Amino acid sequence: MSSTLLQKVAGPRVDSDAMADDGLRYRLPYLLLLAARILILVSLFLPYWEMDLVAPQYPDNLHLTAYVNNLGGDVAEIDGLNHYIGMRPLGEAAQLERRYGVFALVGLVVMLEIAALVHRRWATLLILPGILFPAIFLLDLHLWMSHFGTNLDPYAPLSNSIEPFVPPILGVGEIGQFKTIAEPGTGLWLAIGASVVMLLALWFHRRAFRPLVIEAKSGAH
Amino acid sequence: MNPAFRVLSARALALALLLSVGASSSLAFQSMDDVRAAATARGLTTADLLAAAKTFTPSGMLDEYVMFSSGGHSGQVFAIGMPSMRLLKTIAVFTPEPWQGWGYGVGEEVMAGGDYGGEPVRWGDTHHPALSETAGDYDGQWLFINDKINARVGVIDLRDFEAKQIVKNPLTVSDHGGTFVTPNTEYVIEGGQYATPWGSAYAPLSEYKESYHGSVTLWKFDRRAGRIDRSKSFAMELPPYWQDLSDAGKGASDGWFFLNSINTEMATGGIESGNPPFEAGVSRNATDYLHIIDWKGAERVFQAGKADMIEGFPVISIKTAVAEGLIYLTPEPRSPHGVDVAPKGDFVVVSGKLDPHVTVYSTAKLKKAVAAKTFSGRDDWGIPILDFDAVVEAQVEVGLGPLHTQFGPEGYAYTSLFLDSAVARWTMGGSYGAGTPEPDWTLVHKTPVQYNVGHIGVAEGDTVSPDGKYLVAFNKWSVDRFLPPGPLLPQNFQLIDIANQGTSMPVIYDMPIGMGEPHYAQICKADKLNPWKVYPEVGWDPLHQRADLMAPKPGMERVTRNDEEGSVEVFMTAVRSHFKPEHVAVKVGDTITWRITNIERAVDATHGFAIPQYNINLSLEPGETATVEFTAHTAGTFPFYCSEFCSALHLEMVGYLLVEPTE
Repeated sequence: MSSTLLQKVAGPRVDSDAMADDGLRYRLPYLLLLAARILILVSLFLPYWEMDLVAPQYPDNLHLTAYVNNLGGDVAEIDGLNHYIGMRPLGEAAQLERRYGVFALVGLVVMLEIAALVHRRWATLLILPGILFPAIFLLDLHLWMSHFGTNLDPYAPLSNSIEPFVPPILGVGEIGQFKTIAEPGTGLWLAIGASVVMLLALWFHRRAFRPLVIEAKSGAH
Repeated sequence: MNPAFRVLSARALALALLLSVGASSSLAFQSMDDVRAAATARGLTTADLLAAAKTFTPSGMLDEYVMFSSGGHSGQVFAIGMPSMRLLKTIAVFTPEPWQGWGYGVGEEVMAGGDYGGEPVRWGDTHHPALSETAGDYDGQWLFINDKINARVGVIDLRDFEAKQIVKNPLTVSDHGGTFVTPNTEYVIEGGQYATPWGSAYAPLSEYKESYHGSVTLWKFDRRAGRIDRSKSFAMELPPYWQDLSDAGKGASDGWFFLNSINTEMATGGIESGNPPFEAGVSRNATDYLHIIDWKGAERVFQAGKADMIEGFPVISIKTAVAEGLIYLTPEPRSPHGVDVAPKGDFVVVSGKLDPHVTVYSTAKLKKAVAAKTFSGRDDWGIPILDFDAVVEAQVEVGLGPLHTQFGPEGYAYTSLFLDSAVARWTMGGSYGAGTPEPDWTLVHKTPVQYNVGHIGVAEGDTVSPDGKYLVAFNKWSVDRFLPPGPLLPQNFQLIDIANQGTSMPVIYDMPIGMGEPHYAQICKADKLNPWKVYPEVGWDPLHQRADLMAPKPGMERVTRNDEEGSVEVFMTAVRSHFKPEHVAVKVGDTITWRITNIERAVDATHGFAIPQYNINLSLEPGETATVEFTAHTAGTFPFYCSEFCSALHLEMVGYLLVEPTE
């Protein structure tokens, strides 16, 4: 009874003969998901996004680095400059995301762990958030940038010399005397790599387990 | 290499080449013909162009050396980049200096250390800077400077180029033989100059020999605390011979220091009564005395408690020094000025300014004469006089008015010639002789300087490893070298290229000094210095070089008034472009403790803080906190503002101090 329920939820198990016959076919999705988990966990310690602000009076540029849970670089100096145009301090942006980002990613990793044990199509649902995570990160960043750039304090000293703006989250932009150059950090590249690995895992997952599911269904009839 | 990456990097290279062509195309109109045309138009010679090429420092290029020059009667120290000869900073020490807030809210505590019998003395006559040394080489950590007029010593921290301590010598009124450090900066040596009774007490000149004293003080430097430790310092009594310059032994002469004197005649002047004036009386004898002092022995004697307390300061008497074998004299040519120890410590070079020679003493011979007691006699105080012929290694005729000697790396020595208005290059002998093509102990060349040179400085030229390369003549007169700014003319620092051997040592740059008359300077390789660009953290107290727990921080700004005491405490932060709070309301007569922190972390984001009428101006470098205490003595309305142009809204960085009248 319980094994039937387990098979219903987690899909058919691979019997030892099949395993001995073509072990790689069944292990590959698991190994790929393991690789994705490792990439995501490592990425937690690396910058996800970096921006350089280039202006004449800063020969070494100003630098901003975003981690999943932290903002680094010349935050105080950038905040100091932003107050002239009435932008709120960067620390007020994405507080929720930064507080829970690490837990969310650990959650993703756990979901991937479960997905590796599920041999049915719904495993895709567990993997999909992981695949989409880099895009979600960039979208969230863009939304915060737009929100901050277009909600400037009208009483700020330079409020009438700077139009509301949205700095590009990737590539080159211009704000006042500053040229901004934004690019993904190593962490985001790892997360993107993890997404690619997860897509591969899905393909191999389908190759390995779909025949088992069809076989189990036909056996049941 | 991945082929795709190879293609990419080839493209990047092509782009870089294209860009560099683009960048240089803006200079395409310039050629050596343009250089010639510009030189002809200004009447410049090839030698001038070469000098320019050796000294011109384009924007963004940094200097190779930093010269720390005494500021003379400006009472300050100048930091000058070399070879550009650009003034980097005037370091405030003995004299108030508003840009740094020195004496206008900060620095009072340091300057008060040099008060004289409770009276403030707010100028100084700085003469001889001394960089701290480790194993006889500059270590770039500390700088000491003497004030001749009042016998004081200042300590400057080279992490922030700010003075941290001034000590007043309790024994002597004036000093000259300092500052010089022992090879590991164990002691900062300060030799007195004009003899006086101890502590500047009164005694008639008729009692000169009995009541007037010379002295040399060994200030113990506590490197960890960054302060002179008065409790471990001591002095030695000397005859009233007007001790002059000094230098610490090193290497072969480690443990000794040398001090010369100019008035062994003990002349007391009195031209108005028909006596020979000082200038004649002091120069009557053919020789004066070089003092040879065993400081490590003196330290043992002091630590054994054999010093007498005079003016509350331990002094080893001449009697004790003679009994313990700490002090010897030897004749030196008339009215000497410089006494300079060669890099290995094996020779001591003395210039008698009224004798055309430099006299070179061998420290091996000095030690031998001490051991063998080769004395030619004793002076009136019983100090043994070492036989001149037994201790002299060589005398080199260099020219008229020799003053000070510095050393190059190859075996050349350089001596300033005041009367000849020239700098002499001469060869040393002994183990240095092989480094130079010319015979030992001979004059090689004299370069005229404009005019009347005092000290000279060679890059690291008084250390165990001189760099050579550059020599600076610190000329007293400039006469016709610069546009005359009225009758008070600047001094002239002349940079001389000494990189080549033999007779090539041209003047390559003139730098006017229009801020007091400097004396000596030391020239330190810039990479030995590692100053902070901003203070290590927000709320930093530069005087004690630590975070100040009371420093105002963002979010803690406030004004509190204690009505009973009539006291007000202000906790203020400064950041581009506002002070917080901006309104400070007090009542006349209130005592105000005003704490202010510059919370900036950006390099060069300095704020000033100036209150009119109250004589207050602070310089707050990024991270710095300062506390000013004053009484609101005058009712009124006082706009305080940032006195350092900090930002586009600098004019708006202002606030109001409102002092409300009572009744």
